[in-house]
Amino acid sequence: MNIDLTIAIIITMIGASTPLLLAALGELVVEKSGVLNLGVEGMMLTGAVVGFAVTYTTGNPWLGIVAAAIAGMAASMIFAFLTLSLSSNQVATGLALTIFGTGFSSLFGQPYTGKPIQLFKSIFPDYLTDHPILRVFFGYSPLVYFSLFMVFAVWWFLQKTRAGLILRAVGENDFSAHSIGYSVLGVRYGAVAFGGAMAGIAGSCFPLILTPQWVEGLTGGRGWIALALVVFSAWKPTRLLAGAYLFGLIATMELYAKAAGGAFRILPSEIWASLPYLATIIVLVLISIRRSANSSAPACLGKPFIPSN
Amino acid sequence: MLFQLEKKLEPSKFMLIITPIAAVFLTMFLGALIFTILGYDGLGAVKEIFLTPIINSLKWQDLAVKAAPLIIIGVGLSIGYRANVWNIGAEGQYIVGGLAATGVALLTHDMSGWWLLPLMAIAGILGGMAWVFIPALLRTKLKVNEILTTLMLTYVAVQLLNFLIFGPWKSPTAYGQPQTVLFNDSQILPYIIKGTIVQAGAPIAIIIAIIAWLFMSRSVFGFAVKTVGTAPNAARYGGFSANKTIWITLLIGGGLAGLAGMLEVAGPFNRMVPQFPTGYGFTAIIVAFLGRLHPIGVMIAGIVLAITFVGGEVAQTTIGLPNAAVGLFQALMLFLLLASDVLIRYNIKRVRVKKA
Repeated sequence: MNIDLTIAIIITMIGASTPLLLAALGELVVEKSGVLNLGVEGMMLTGAVVGFAVTYTTGNPWLGIVAAAIAGMAASMIFAFLTLSLSSNQVATGLALTIFGTGFSSLFGQPYTGKPIQLFKSIFPDYLTDHPILRVFFGYSPLVYFSLFMVFAVWWFLQKTRAGLILRAVGENDFSAHSIGYSVLGVRYGAVAFGGAMAGIAGSCFPLILTPQWVEGLTGGRGWIALALVVFSAWKPTRLLAGAYLFGLIATMELYAKAAGGAFRILPSEIWASLPYLATIIVLVLISIRRSANSSAPACLGKPFIPSN
Repeated sequence: MLFQLEKKLEPSKFMLIITPIAAVFLTMFLGALIFTILGYDGLGAVKEIFLTPIINSLKWQDLAVKAAPLIIIGVGLSIGYRANVWNIGAEGQYIVGGLAATGVALLTHDMSGWWLLPLMAIAGILGGMAWVFIPALLRTKLKVNEILTTLMLTYVAVQLLNFLIFGPWKSPTAYGQPQTVLFNDSQILPYIIKGTIVQAGAPIAIIIAIIAWLFMSRSVFGFAVKTVGTAPNAARYGGFSANKTIWITLLIGGGLAGLAGMLEVAGPFNRMVPQFPTGYGFTAIIVAFLGRLHPIGVMIAGIVLAITFVGGEVAQTTIGLPNAAVGLFQALMLFLLLASDVLIRYNIKRVRVKKA
């Protein structure tokens, strides 16, 4: 395999992985606090459509990203209010959030269908981004570097800060955390808001760095794959990075299979398109075989908490 | 803190029944408000979506057509949800059920006879069951979460559909359109009311809801399902196997979704087309919750959601409301329902803010 193709594949892979990585990092923090938010797909769609609309209207992708984060966070607050303040069923409420995001994005996005925006490209000088070798380091959108920074930031927050320790305590033993005086619901509200903002930004990656237009349902289940990635990572940010890039590679294979022909043509394109979903199932199976079920999951994951005096 | 939740001694039966009704009315109220703020004719939207399909008797047949698959799938899902088995990939099972029935229809295309439709129905049920077989196996043997596996397989089912109708099953006479041939007369569901579009799906949906009701309230298995869901430890003491419950509830859910797929492809569609995945499998999740996971409740909820679909089409033509608005109304309804759940199990107590 020649070097040009290898570099092209790496660049496509990292681009395709970025939304997965961002959304999964957000959900990892949410789950560490003991909350299971299945609404990632819905928050991503909300972020994607708002991010597109703001970028299209203002011509400024930075504003688009900020708007996407706020939109994702706003959507996550519906979930937080229902599950935390009203202690509704987390599985059902997460599903409702996804149904909401799907409906909202297709309604809100209708006037934007078919309208183009500029891709949010690398901000490094041209001689670096176009260099045949160095572009593998410099040829990415700022969103890609942001996602890598967030891997470190989430790891550092959870492992090295006092706030991170409290968040983990809330997820592992909510009653103890409550009895020493921490606000369980407050911490969880914060975690869910962070997860929503990250999912919103993840959604904005689709129009900003992958395909520069609004297409209904453009996330194609990536929010659900992000949920699977969190399980795959055993709730560790660094493993999440590896998992996200693995899935990016699988998604990239579909693109190259379509373009390459030859040996790839033996399989129908539908098999390549199914691959990310089948791989998700296979990965979930491998994890269950390797470790006794869910041993590393936060102990209070998905359980409601009712504060008392 | 201004309000505090206090657990009730027993869940309130009254609230269980009254809250879904309240959620529907609150959806109409809030929906009108939200859509007015968004710059649409909010009141008009609510009137067209929720009232026109009921008032205008010409729309009743559309209601029956739309409600049937929602009820059939919703009943199946609700049995699983009762046992805390979260099959959210009914859309995939619906597609594969439809494909299995199509396969039988294509194989028997030059035959005729009363037995063709039952054969297609069996194929549909088996197709839906086959699609849920893998999640069931993985959940019971390896504790793999069924939420993710059932959903992932839905995306695969869409690809399978595309592969078949763009490839081997493509009709030679359809001028390049990706669709199968029309089914023959013995492969299409009979119309049960002359002069309408109501086919056999509607009565089948009612029969299934009633059977499920008897099954859940009268049989030992129905009791086991409810116990596994609400008190897993008690269920274990009582000798009810959790794995057996998972298997049976998933197969029922998948089988019924598959049957709904067969009834759609042999009913309104008459052939397999790319537009076959209509989202019934996802909407049926709302139906199951709105119906309080009770078969008769699901039947009523199926009609309510069918009203919103039919009304959405009306609103699109009369006041130009985008079709996507219906999805937003449905999501709002589910949010409000889940929010009202709190009233079933908790009393909301006002507490004074403590001064430090």
